[in-house]
Amino acid sequence: MADAQPIADIGEYIAGALGDTVKETEVRLGELTLTVDRDAIVKVLTFLRDDVNCQFKQLLDVCGVDYPERELRFDVVYHLLSLTQNVRVRVKVLTDEVTPVPSVTEVFSAAGWWERETWDLYGIFFSDHPDLRRILTDYGFEGHPLRKDFPLTGYVEVRYDDEQKRVVYEPVKLTQEFRNFDFLSPWEGMIPTLPGDEKASADEDGEAAEKEG
Amino acid sequence: MSDTQIKNFTMNFGPQHPAAHGVLRLVLEMDGEVIDRADPHIGLLHRGTEKLIEYKSYLQAVPYFDRLDYVAPQNQEHAFALAVENLTGMEVPLRGQYIRVLYAEIGRILNHILNITAFAMDVGAMTPMLWLFEEREKLMEYCERVSGARLHMAYFRPGGVGADMPAGLAEDIAAWADAFPAMIDDLESLLTENRIFKQRTVDIGVVSVEEAYDWGFTGPNLRASGVAWDLRKAQPYDVYDRMDFDIPIGKAGDCYDRYLIRMYEMRESLKIIKQCLDQMPAGPVKVTNTKFAPPPREEMKRSMEALIHHFKLYTEGYHVPAGETYAAVEAPKGEFAVYLVADGTNRPYRCKIRAPGFAHLQALDFMSKGHMLADVVANIGSLDIVFGEIDR
Repeated sequence: MADAQPIADIGEYIAGALGDTVKETEVRLGELTLTVDRDAIVKVLTFLRDDVNCQFKQLLDVCGVDYPERELRFDVVYHLLSLTQNVRVRVKVLTDEVTPVPSVTEVFSAAGWWERETWDLYGIFFSDHPDLRRILTDYGFEGHPLRKDFPLTGYVEVRYDDEQKRVVYEPVKLTQEFRNFDFLSPWEGMIPTLPGDEKASADEDGEAAEKEG
Repeated sequence: MSDTQIKNFTMNFGPQHPAAHGVLRLVLEMDGEVIDRADPHIGLLHRGTEKLIEYKSYLQAVPYFDRLDYVAPQNQEHAFALAVENLTGMEVPLRGQYIRVLYAEIGRILNHILNITAFAMDVGAMTPMLWLFEEREKLMEYCERVSGARLHMAYFRPGGVGADMPAGLAEDIAAWADAFPAMIDDLESLLTENRIFKQRTVDIGVVSVEEAYDWGFTGPNLRASGVAWDLRKAQPYDVYDRMDFDIPIGKAGDCYDRYLIRMYEMRESLKIIKQCLDQMPAGPVKVTNTKFAPPPREEMKRSMEALIHHFKLYTEGYHVPAGETYAAVEAPKGEFAVYLVADGTNRPYRCKIRAPGFAHLQALDFMSKGHMLADVVANIGSLDIVFGEIDR
């Protein structure tokens, strides 16, 4: 992996050349991340591919990340690699459930399946995609399984029905309730006061407040 | 006489077909015997690995990586281990790094043996499979001796490897590495100049350099098109920067070149294996920080602190600081990478698995266009497709 400084230089160069479309440039853990305008993604990737100082000729990955608490809940993350510069770059765009992201299949043919996968698993729509079908999930699957609000157990299960002589879909029946342990341990962020001792600390707070007042 | 209507013929190839290398359902649109369009339907082996990992602690996520590309499981674990180490800042002890490189190369040979022999069988040669599978069995025995499992090793863990190599194993691997080139020679005598094999593979499925870039090719498939790119050289991880080996590259980018690249890579892997065995220092094999790796057994018998660490590690796991990283390794099939997003808890927030075969299989459509039906089989074989990693 190249040093941090050249990566930062490349980040600055890209941000300078593309102007306002690059909203944020960040170098963390020796990796360059660009957050760009959703509608400019085709332009950005074309620039990254064709510019002589970048030559990010390979699109290695496209994927989604779900942050349900955000207004624009999805990140679409593109990973590019420049073989001549030996540098990787991560390009991010933000979107929500309904706003489509322009497809980059025109720039990189490899994006076709990665975008299908992102559509399948997250329900992020890509406009102008030549063949936006589901790819990993079952034929006739409903929902987008990698969203954070999709349960791990799913909604349907299949079994072979001996009478109907075919595989049938049924709602998921768990013999034991799905257990999701809370591991945000009290050991680390332990509260300083013991239960029942609240009054003592409340008094201290009260005194402190009085003094200030 | 009325005009005869000629209609393209649509054919289902797989999902149960020995040449489909797993559960590939390929919908072929054929004009007579010539392929017009190949539409791979994947996902029949989809197990939701990425979703499951989001509900597991970092250590519990490791075995899922064995079950991706089950032909060379350790290489997948390697990418995940590197990603977690990158986020937590763990420094793997030198011996641990050497063992990892040693086993990563064993994984590469495991993979290439399977791919070359299965590919040969696809195009009509039965013997390579029968000869070379014994060698795979020997290698899997080395995996078993070090981790307890032939295939699903769960051996490369964040912070090092599961356990040190048992006494005598290094000598056995060295003896095997001396004997194995004779097997490669035998294999080569069966295939490389074989008239039938060449007729089936030369100039079939040609991929130019530009096409290889465009379709996201990596690994042997990219090198067969003539690009000297290997992550072990370009972005070395663990102790690959101390290793002396060459990168074979092809010229034509056809099925035959892809086969040759893998043959040469096995010899290069042997070089690395020997260097690892020679240079391997003594010392710990995983981080000594007991917040990330379990304390030694004997210490747990006496120390309360060690017992607590052990308990916490195997119930809650460790918390990884928030951040994101993309860790790639040169897996036998190409660039296998893990894009890991951590949110500061003990579980990954998002773990995207970048499987090389996914990009390669996507290119099957343009590679097969205009070829005969039997050439599709050669293309699939030479691309090195394993569905565990494609379907995830």
